[in-house]
Amino acid sequence: MQKITRNALIEKAASLLENGSVCAVLGWRKGEFDYDVTPSVFTTTEDLNAEFVWNDFCGANFSKYLIQKTRKAEGKLLVFLKPCDTYSFNQLLTEHRFDREKVYVVGIPCEGMADINKVREAVGDGISEIECGEKIAVSTIYSDEKILIDPKDVLAERCINCKSKKHVAFDELLGEDGDVIENARFDEVAKLEAMTPDERFAFWQNELSRCIRCNACRDVCPACTCEKCVFDNPKSGVENKAPANEFEEKMFHIIRAFHVAGRCTDCGECSRVCPQHIPLHLLNRKFIKDINEFYGDYQAGAEVGSRAPLVNYTEGDLEPSEAFERRGE
Amino acid sequence: MFKCSIDSINSIFEKLASNATLYLPADKDGRAEYTKWENGTEWSDALNTVKSPKDFFFPQVQDLMKFKVSGKSISVDDIRKESEDFIVFGVRACDVRSFDILDRVFLVEPYDSYYASSREHGVIISVACTRPTETCFCKTFGIDCTNPGGDISVWKTEDSLYWQANTEKGEKLLSSLGLEECDESAVEAQKESTKKILDKLPLANLTTDGFGGGKTKELFDRPEWKSLSESCLGCGTCTFVCPTCQCYDVKDFNTGNEIIRFRCWDSCMYSDFTKMAHGNNRISQVERFRQRFMHKLVYYPENNDGIFGCVGCGRCLAKCPISMNIAKVMRTMGGNEE
Repeated sequence: MQKITRNALIEKAASLLENGSVCAVLGWRKGEFDYDVTPSVFTTTEDLNAEFVWNDFCGANFSKYLIQKTRKAEGKLLVFLKPCDTYSFNQLLTEHRFDREKVYVVGIPCEGMADINKVREAVGDGISEIECGEKIAVSTIYSDEKILIDPKDVLAERCINCKSKKHVAFDELLGEDGDVIENARFDEVAKLEAMTPDERFAFWQNELSRCIRCNACRDVCPACTCEKCVFDNPKSGVENKAPANEFEEKMFHIIRAFHVAGRCTDCGECSRVCPQHIPLHLLNRKFIKDINEFYGDYQAGAEVGSRAPLVNYTEGDLEPSEAFERRGE
Repeated sequence: MFKCSIDSINSIFEKLASNATLYLPADKDGRAEYTKWENGTEWSDALNTVKSPKDFFFPQVQDLMKFKVSGKSISVDDIRKESEDFIVFGVRACDVRSFDILDRVFLVEPYDSYYASSREHGVIISVACTRPTETCFCKTFGIDCTNPGGDISVWKTEDSLYWQANTEKGEKLLSSLGLEECDESAVEAQKESTKKILDKLPLANLTTDGFGGGKTKELFDRPEWKSLSESCLGCGTCTFVCPTCQCYDVKDFNTGNEIIRFRCWDSCMYSDFTKMAHGNNRISQVERFRQRFMHKLVYYPENNDGIFGCVGCGRCLAKCPISMNIAKVMRTMGGNEE
């Protein structure tokens, strides 16, 4: 259950809209059901009251939208950011992707978001209503009784290993700020590392064989902000709408993981949106874990302007040969 | 109508697979996917597979021909082959309708020989739905999920399967299974109870009012396209899980010693969709977004006797990263039954 209420967010947004501090609000819009919320721009109090949503299904990270939305906005844009979203926000600022002056950040606490697929596994088909409270109460067309779920049992994968309840960027905070959290997010990477190369290859072969090249992982990724992606550019020679063979399928994901290495904040949007539930975040986490081990702990987006180890030479840097030695392990 | 006990399903699958390759939905890592049946493969009665069965006739990637250049001569290798016989079991009514929609694209001049061959050699065994979910809206498009169609329709009750052939192809196959004849009472009862559930679905009142052929002028410039598409990521998820999306691109792959010309699904959501020498005719995401829904709800029916290009399977509702979908477009732009 979220500690901050929908009303508190609407009240904040409405007052800033009405006094002219901001010209629009980036928030989650109501859908057909209670879980299918859509990122959207609100410009009036009536619209906020009618369709603004804040519940356990507001996973979408708005940071990347700021690139597009701030270009068009005539005044400041209010954006609600959860703690993990603020890391992407900072990383984008580090990369000069939007004008900070055009954004008013309201940091909001987050108790973790629910994964609708897990809810569905728990209650079955035909969800007609979901109420988010201490328990998530789900009504279905197949049952007269509400089914109560503990939010902890349906937490999104990235929230199970939440890395921080602390906002690293905001103009104003609603509710209390939290702390960076000790977490077990590298445990699964360690499991992959413990595999033999053949086992690991088989693992990724199996996972990536499901890829349909919809590019959702790339398009949602706050670190993927190239104006023209190499994979969309017919002149690049590697442009591909579909993999011509199995190798290309893997190449796309591996190239992407390399490209965002050191810039990926581990926000987990890639795995959230994958229609085939490929655990793409594990590729990125492997890079983060390696960077931490090679160069000391580094969290992308923790502060604006920080130099990522991969673009910052120091004398103590790892020798390339050490990477080869590791491979032999 | 014929009947068999559900316990005998494996022996029936065995018979089906003896003369043709049999595919059916099976659960893999918690999701249903069409899988080649082998002894021991368990049929999943999940409502929908993640990817639709259109892949059997119109695969995501398909090699068309090969070229080899040596010196000044070029040789063209026609790699077309007759499709092998195959059976797809477990297809839902919505997906069965999608084949009709694809037929109207690929089986008119210029006739698509690749598609035609697999259509000719494929037998569709559909299964009636009994537990539709909140994302289902096949009824909006006049599809009856209790009468799923295809070459053979199957109804599953707690302990039995009921079979009925709908085509000559289906009759031939069904008669080879040696099933016991029965009356239709159990199936009729099931249809009734499913229909009651259909009325309770949240999208039961979604209608096609306001859409169809001839509506281009009315809908094309509506201001709502902008707000509906404002957070579209431009990914291809909706188009690639869609059973009726049929756009493709033709590309060459240089292997180093020959060129493979292949086709692959394209997506109107992509920035280089239908890009030509003069550039691109849809340069913004709102135009690309509009294209997808206008195609399904206006252009397709205009060219195909009023039949809509959507079957209400709900895959895009379940999979869109930002939860924007055809149902929301229809709610916003069209009429709703009160």
